[in-house]
Amino acid sequence: MDPARFCRIDATTWRVEPTGAMRVPAVIYADEPLIRAMDDKVYEQAVNVATLPGIVGASYVMPDAHWGYGFPIGGVAAFDADEGGVVSAGGVGFDISCGVRTMITGLTLVDIRPVQRDLADSFYRQIPAGVGSVGAIALDAPEMDAMLRGGARWAVERGWGEERDLERIEEQGTMAGARPECVSHRAKERQRREMGTLGSGNHYLEIQVVDEIYDAAVASAFGLVKEEAVVTIHCGSRGLGHQIGTEFLKEMVIAAGAAGIQLPDRELACARIRSEIGERYLGAMRSAINCALANREILGHFARRVFHHFFPRADLRLMFDVSHNTCKVEPHVVDGRRRELFVHRKGATRAFGPGHPSLPDALREVGQPVLIGGSMGTASFVLVGQAESEAKAFSSACHGAGRAMSRHAALKQWSGRRIIDDLAAEGILIRSPSTRGVAEEAPGAYKDVAAVVAAADQAGLARRVARLRPVLCIKG
Amino acid sequence: MNDAPLPKARWEHFPHEADVGVRGWGATLAEAFEQAALALTAVVTDAAIAPARAVEVTCGAPDRELLLVEWLNAIIYEMAVRRMLFGRFEVRIDGARLDGRLWGEAVDVGRHAPACEPKGATYTALKVAQVADGAWSAACVVDV
Repeated sequence: MDPARFCRIDATTWRVEPTGAMRVPAVIYADEPLIRAMDDKVYEQAVNVATLPGIVGASYVMPDAHWGYGFPIGGVAAFDADEGGVVSAGGVGFDISCGVRTMITGLTLVDIRPVQRDLADSFYRQIPAGVGSVGAIALDAPEMDAMLRGGARWAVERGWGEERDLERIEEQGTMAGARPECVSHRAKERQRREMGTLGSGNHYLEIQVVDEIYDAAVASAFGLVKEEAVVTIHCGSRGLGHQIGTEFLKEMVIAAGAAGIQLPDRELACARIRSEIGERYLGAMRSAINCALANREILGHFARRVFHHFFPRADLRLMFDVSHNTCKVEPHVVDGRRRELFVHRKGATRAFGPGHPSLPDALREVGQPVLIGGSMGTASFVLVGQAESEAKAFSSACHGAGRAMSRHAALKQWSGRRIIDDLAAEGILIRSPSTRGVAEEAPGAYKDVAAVVAAADQAGLARRVARLRPVLCIKG
Repeated sequence: MNDAPLPKARWEHFPHEADVGVRGWGATLAEAFEQAALALTAVVTDAAIAPARAVEVTCGAPDRELLLVEWLNAIIYEMAVRRMLFGRFEVRIDGARLDGRLWGEAVDVGRHAPACEPKGATYTALKVAQVADGAWSAACVVDV
């Protein structure tokens, strides 16, 4: 994008004043090279979001933004139900509550290296990944509904997880307001055999090593120790979330016209929060959030099982679990007034600052861990929420590197086999059912995650705490 | 130089920043939808798929473009719940209604090496139109 299209507020804040149908400004947080590298579609989509009814503050965009569906990936927008605000299926996206969790192992790279290959093979066997994989768990109708209501707490109650994990999961592991009766039979059918599966695309399970620490005090509060290994899992609500997204997108596109909502783009399909369809979507979407929380809890349990086989005394503790495709009701102070807002984060992570009441005691003083996934072979980052981020973007930060290149282009440029061999030479083991999938997810197809994270830090969205480098990656 | 015209029935992928676009062409609207379905399968695998079993789907939508998305999403649903891949498609379109038949087989991870899993067909770059020579094209981006 041409930076001249924006009013530059400071080194990392770029603003589009409202014109035409825009109800609020659009604000992008990024440095100049990231702005230049962004697709023009990001501008267009951020402006389109600013036209939606009941939007509050601004249509915000995170430094890792790229061309999404209706909303840019990396888009944050809050709506007020009292002002005719909307909830948007497109603004949450297909993979509802896709997110990242990181678990502390207490083991060092020295412990891991001798069994690294066996660990990789074991994880690859134990974690169902990719198309056609079947989970070990099949849910009947009552259990499906219990899972959709209970989320990670349901998983813990069934023995797939630990009670102490729950306070380190957003919403304490259970999203309130889930209404399984709003989830279609087809969506449930699609999920019946998918609990505890990783999925594919950019989803992964990695063993990473704490490579660099930027803030020793916060790292220590998070349990991060240099050269120690962590397990990070990136995945979402699997087939159930995809099906809910698909069904409500269509329903909202058709209903929007009748509700008098002008959609600049069909992907912005939305409904008034206070409408039958809006309320039904919220009930279904919250069920999908619980599905994602349960799924990551189960995968975390599988990871514990694999580790216990190799390291019987290992104690994997959940550091934190964040979701980055959601709509959540949160109190925020806007223009000096506290309001309950429906905050959409599409490819953006909630980033509560120090003192936030939802954080467990051990984290409340320092703030919420913000987990930024890298791409296979590249670093990931742990950040911490900042109090000032509330005024910047309703306490939100980036979520990953963001693609720099299409799958199509990546496939032309790289061979999956070659990437696997090159990474193995660097000590990073990849296990995946598809070399083509590996090529499509080539590290070089993504933006430089370090630049994205530096911009988020500079913009005051979240502060850097540690860098993690991968040593083992299971790709779906 | 080969001046032979492109066959009317064919498909392609087109780039999207994070995902992939599918486009089918055909002499009829139904054929273009069948070709778009082949493009969808090619997002997942390059391997041959045996027509071991047939599955029937029916879908409906108020216009042709929404109908394309419904059709592709119906295939994605059958792929997901049956853990199958489909390599041959037959479509009949009657106004707002589509009847489709899909032939395929169970996913064999070793042989098909599925590269990724389509999450859903989207309204991005969604276009169903009659092209110059009376043939049809049908395209949209698929979220993977």
